[in-house]
Amino acid sequence: MTAPLARPPRKNPVLRTRQPMLPPGNRSRVALGLTAAAARGKFELQVCRDCGTTQYPPREACHACLSQRLDWRAQGGGGELVSETMLRHSNELFYRERVPWRLGMIKLDCGPILVAHLHGDCAPAPTRVRVVANLDRAGQAALVAIPEKDTPNMADDRQLREMTCDPKFRKVLITDAKTALGQALVEAIVAAGADLVWAGYAEPWKKPPGFDRLSSLKQVSLLPLDLTNSRGVKDIAGEIGGRVDIVINTADHHRNFGIAARDGVEVARAEMDINYFGLLRLAQEFAPAMRARGADGQSSAVAWVNLLSVFALSNFPAHGTYSASKAAALSLAQCLRAELAPAGVRVINVFPGPIDDEWNQALPPPKIAPVRLAADIVEALRGGAEDVFPGDIAQDWLERWRDNPKALERELAALPR
Amino acid sequence: MSDVLLRLAAALVAGRIRVIDLTQTLSPDFPQIVLPPEMGQAWPFRVEEASRYDARGPGWYWNNFSCSEHTGTHFDAPIHWISGRHLPDNSTDTIPAARFIAPACVIDCSREAATDADFLLSVEYLRKWERRHGRIPAGSWILMRTDWSKRTDPVAYQNIDATGQHTPGPDTAAVQFLVEERRVLGFGSEAIGTDAGQAFHLKPPYPCHYYMHGSGRFGLQCLTNLDLLPPVGAIVIAAPLKIKEGSGSPLRVLALVPSPDMKPAPAAGERAAKAKSPARKKRR
Repeated sequence: MTAPLARPPRKNPVLRTRQPMLPPGNRSRVALGLTAAAARGKFELQVCRDCGTTQYPPREACHACLSQRLDWRAQGGGGELVSETMLRHSNELFYRERVPWRLGMIKLDCGPILVAHLHGDCAPAPTRVRVVANLDRAGQAALVAIPEKDTPNMADDRQLREMTCDPKFRKVLITDAKTALGQALVEAIVAAGADLVWAGYAEPWKKPPGFDRLSSLKQVSLLPLDLTNSRGVKDIAGEIGGRVDIVINTADHHRNFGIAARDGVEVARAEMDINYFGLLRLAQEFAPAMRARGADGQSSAVAWVNLLSVFALSNFPAHGTYSASKAAALSLAQCLRAELAPAGVRVINVFPGPIDDEWNQALPPPKIAPVRLAADIVEALRGGAEDVFPGDIAQDWLERWRDNPKALERELAALPR
Repeated sequence: MSDVLLRLAAALVAGRIRVIDLTQTLSPDFPQIVLPPEMGQAWPFRVEEASRYDARGPGWYWNNFSCSEHTGTHFDAPIHWISGRHLPDNSTDTIPAARFIAPACVIDCSREAATDADFLLSVEYLRKWERRHGRIPAGSWILMRTDWSKRTDPVAYQNIDATGQHTPGPDTAAVQFLVEERRVLGFGSEAIGTDAGQAFHLKPPYPCHYYMHGSGRFGLQCLTNLDLLPPVGAIVIAAPLKIKEGSGSPLRVLALVPSPDMKPAPAAGERAAKAKSPARKKRR
């Protein structure tokens, strides 16, 4: 059984900080189908539309009948561990620094036999396992065999931790802790075992209900932070930037107007100033230190979470300028993802549907509760995905968008304002 | 006439007339006025670096800044308020420049404001002041000294609780008295508005804005160093930026003050003029 993770000793400041190395990251275009699914937390394999064969590894054609009509379909991942081996040497720099490394050969119930990373709690072969697809530090799909039933401290497995961003014993910056979501997230991250949570707050003269209780948590350090203030962001990054392992950017400016419903550009500009430029300011000041700390021991810099919106995918005209600012933020987050990739720091984009807060007051339920969204963000950090759609509405709209984006555009335009 | 200006220049050079800076530093940390979030908002002061002797401009340093017409120490023109919207020469670009230099009467309410954040300046208080310092001359600035500018913590400066802001200001009758019976140039305060923090509940709401601007008078807000001014005798230079149809503008407010040894009878307890601008405490 996995031993519970121990708090790492303080860093020896005399030793050189290791440079982040990545597992092999090249994939063919067809193999990126596996990554595309893993990015959403799904394990999908190609299934032949003609003969029904499920195949792995991904190919251009069905290995059984040569048909090119292959569909990516979600898999349960159940299978049997046939054999295992312990890798003790590798010329790949990433694994060279991490051997021994446990690997297993699994025969999936759906047919294919494959090699996967093998969780330490899996019993020796033959035994039942579940195969899941996580993103590895290179941002590519990696198949991991985990025990069929959850085990205690499962998340603390050394190999699994190389593919997740668990906040346990890490230092986390939450950029806006004043909102209901921000407050819930501070508490959830503390409960998840973070060593230190910087709880950002702008405009200190406006104190929202409940905010005072955060200061009673001993892991919490209140931090004046306003993402519209470039100098302020730079100053804060100079102070704490070298210690932040996880950034969770919850700063969000949300008003509900389209184009015609509000004169002028002030509201749209305020939304852009926080939702887009705020992310840009934060990224310019915090990302450099995180890039340098991608392999800084057990509690390395590991993740950057952006609170986007499912409206980033397709404009919700009733909240039109807000949607546009989130679309801009999504585009910038892709740039940030590319720039943090060499360090193995994962950019997790969270696309909730309407949050149950004051700015969505006029929208009918279902709306995602801030507490639920906070829990989903923690789960995303513990998992292996990078695009997270928490809640039923977000899941529903994601499926509609994937199926037919033009249809979703029309459906969103038809929703009551 | 030139003799007057030459004597003024000589007095400035010799230090017989001091220049007091009544201006807060424009900084991203200085708080801006708070309105309900669904309303249009005043931008805080923000600054973006264009270059700093680097790849963006190797030999020079400069910034682009943004703010509201009503950010930091600022001037309110009559067009700012609905009551002054139809007056002639009511915006920062059309107000005659001669009105930007005027004598000031400083009403010291610091003791009252120290114990009552909602202190309202009354007619009775003004008449009591006049008994000591003489009748308020027409065309003067009325500067309400509260020492509010000494609250360097933005939270204490804003002083907002669940019922809104609590800062001192004039009551309705005092504003009407100043406008109609004393024909003042305008009203200046150390807090974030010329009106009291709770002035929304006065009749009419925000009387200082309503009556001052409705009769073509001006406002000055977020002043500092009023404790360095004499009750009477200072000349205030307050010229807003010449913004087309501007409702107001951040500005540098200067006061010319005779040196203590120049004054015939210094008021009791008045402190020696010190031309310093206290740095606002950083937020963290």
